[in-house]
Amino acid sequence: MTEPKRILIVDDDAALSEMLQIVLRQEGFETVRAASGDAALTEFRRSRPDLVLLDLMLPGIDGVSVCRAIRQHSGVPIVMLTAKSDTADVVAGLEAGADDYVAKPFKVKELVARIWTRLRRAADDGEDIRRIGDLTISVSAHSVKRGDQLLPLTPLEFELLLALAKRPAQVFTREELLDEVWGYRNAADTRLVNVHVQRLRAKVEKDPENPEIIITVRGIGYRAGEPVAD
Amino acid sequence: MRSLWWSSLPGRVLITTAVSTLAVLGLAGYILLEMAAGGIVDAKRQAAVNEAVGVHAFMQQQLRAPESRSVAVSEALNRLADQAGAQTTQYMMVIQAPTSTLVSRGITAESVPADLVETVTARDGLFISPTSVRWTDPEVGDEPGLAIGTTLVTAGGDRVPVFYVFPMTSELQVLQVLQSAVAATFVLLALAIGLIVYLVTWQVVSPVRRASVTALRLASGQLDERMKVKGSDELASLAESMNQMAEELQARIRQLESLSAVQRQFVSDVSHELRTPLTTIKMAADMLYESRDDLGPSARRTVELMWFEIERFDVLLADLLEISRFDAGAAVLALDDHDLAAIVADEIEAHRPLAERQGIEIRLRRTTEDATAEIDARRVRRILRNLLSNAIEHGRGRPVDVTVAADEDTVAVTVRDHGVGFEAEQSAQVFDRFWRADPSRTRVVGGSGLGLAISLEDAKLHRGWLSAWGRPGRGAQFRLTLPRSRDHKVLASPLPVVPVDDQGSRR
Repeated sequence: MTEPKRILIVDDDAALSEMLQIVLRQEGFETVRAASGDAALTEFRRSRPDLVLLDLMLPGIDGVSVCRAIRQHSGVPIVMLTAKSDTADVVAGLEAGADDYVAKPFKVKELVARIWTRLRRAADDGEDIRRIGDLTISVSAHSVKRGDQLLPLTPLEFELLLALAKRPAQVFTREELLDEVWGYRNAADTRLVNVHVQRLRAKVEKDPENPEIIITVRGIGYRAGEPVAD
Repeated sequence: MRSLWWSSLPGRVLITTAVSTLAVLGLAGYILLEMAAGGIVDAKRQAAVNEAVGVHAFMQQQLRAPESRSVAVSEALNRLADQAGAQTTQYMMVIQAPTSTLVSRGITAESVPADLVETVTARDGLFISPTSVRWTDPEVGDEPGLAIGTTLVTAGGDRVPVFYVFPMTSELQVLQVLQSAVAATFVLLALAIGLIVYLVTWQVVSPVRRASVTALRLASGQLDERMKVKGSDELASLAESMNQMAEELQARIRQLESLSAVQRQFVSDVSHELRTPLTTIKMAADMLYESRDDLGPSARRTVELMWFEIERFDVLLADLLEISRFDAGAAVLALDDHDLAAIVADEIEAHRPLAERQGIEIRLRRTTEDATAEIDARRVRRILRNLLSNAIEHGRGRPVDVTVAADEDTVAVTVRDHGVGFEAEQSAQVFDRFWRADPSRTRVVGGSGLGLAISLEDAKLHRGWLSAWGRPGRGAQFRLTLPRSRDHKVLASPLPVVPVDDQGSRR
């Protein structure tokens, strides 16, 4: 029996956050709550959660800032809760480092599915070491290196890179990546892919303007860069 | 021609003024010339009569003088004529002496009109008549002149008709000079007046043109555009009114813009405020619904009803918010290249379970290889979901046909059901908010009643078309046509809105 996963619920609506707590506990998670941005950061440092559920509209420090603050030290999965899914808020949150978002009002099953997708680790299928461009990915070590230099990626960014590296010959559409990495069976918001590819490029590309690791295929999507010898 | 006339105000004013001025000038010139000619002729006549009387008296005296009595009449006349002719070149003489006609040098006897000859021959006195002077030199043309006829009485008592012919050569020259002076004045005045009219009209027209340009700029949204106000005349007041109007417009538009911003903010706030409690309610309902088997029958049914109605409320709220976003102009497209046929196939798959419950088969026909277009997949999927669930709901268990087609500029999809349909004149109303073909009918699928209204807005946002066709009992067809990209325009659809399979049964 593994440790139960701990989830930090950040929402200023007491009823909703209590309801979330009931539902998530029933699903077997351990939960902690915070009702403001400041409390969220304190609670995050104290309880070291495995995942953060973060409402974007918060009193005090807003959700986007909380997201950015957490991302400075941690790659912990962040799932945003938002009432305004089609506004710039969502993109701002994604750009600040949130992995995924769930639009209010959501179904319990949908939320739990999103949480599990973010908590699961990449399955160790087949080869442990994969190469993409001049990078080396170790699945077992969950690490990405350029030569000897370790690149700090969040779990989501790691999965995104690995998904591309696993099938170097394939051109992935955004929908396929959404399925592969975010677990969306029916196509969802492709902004998730766009924003995270940009974030990932900023970390792994030597020159994000001329990507060599994650290559854009116009009108279709993305593919892995050719592996190059060191 | 008519349109040319009305196309330019300066042109019109210029032509009107020019024509009327020329008419007035022409008339004035004519009267001036007539009066001048009359005056000159009268003066000449007077002078001619005076001269003729003087000469005649002298000749008569000479003819009756005692020293002339011995001389033959003809010789005396000859001498007289010579004497008179030597004194002046103002007139010529024609004397009908009993034996021969004496004519001054240069003119012919025909210079005296025949009726004057008759009159003078018949009666005593001094007669005057206009004539045309015929010169002996055939090179020189006839000239107008005056002929004065009278009678000399010889010492012998014979009557000798004498005619004095006054050519009006110099008068004619004066008149000609006058005529050309009038003509030159006429031309100069016409030109000057044309120029003046043009300048004056331009002074009026150019501010009007500026006003028109300013109005156009205002209309195109350049609300800071203003006219220069110079002086305090009518044109300045036009400019002032224009500026005032622009000011009012700008204020009004700003007000509307801020209202719209308030509206957007309100929608956004309502969205957040309503959605958070709804999320809690929904989760609570989900939990109760999951454990409904543990409840008694009436509590269980209550939970089910609550759950269904919360779902419905959820859909309704989402649609309402979507509509208000369109109303506030806050809806934006997220365009990307997508294969419409793939999206259609996807949505059909997603609707298959629902269709199967109604015993409906959904058939997809694809008539094109390439149905890629720059579209907002989320919105297009939403349109397709609406069309498919409508077709399933109203399909009466009969198959639903979906066709995808494309041409150079557009991609299109039709969803055809063979169900209840609707009246032909309702094909626009179906897109109205909360519209229902038959309010008494029970609903199978549910939905907010806003689905087609939202779909139409989604299509419009793409600059595409969403059209409907329906006939009672013969089903309905909805057609979505979207441009391939922002650079393409929907001018025609590759698919007809009237279903091909219905055209045979058209009555």
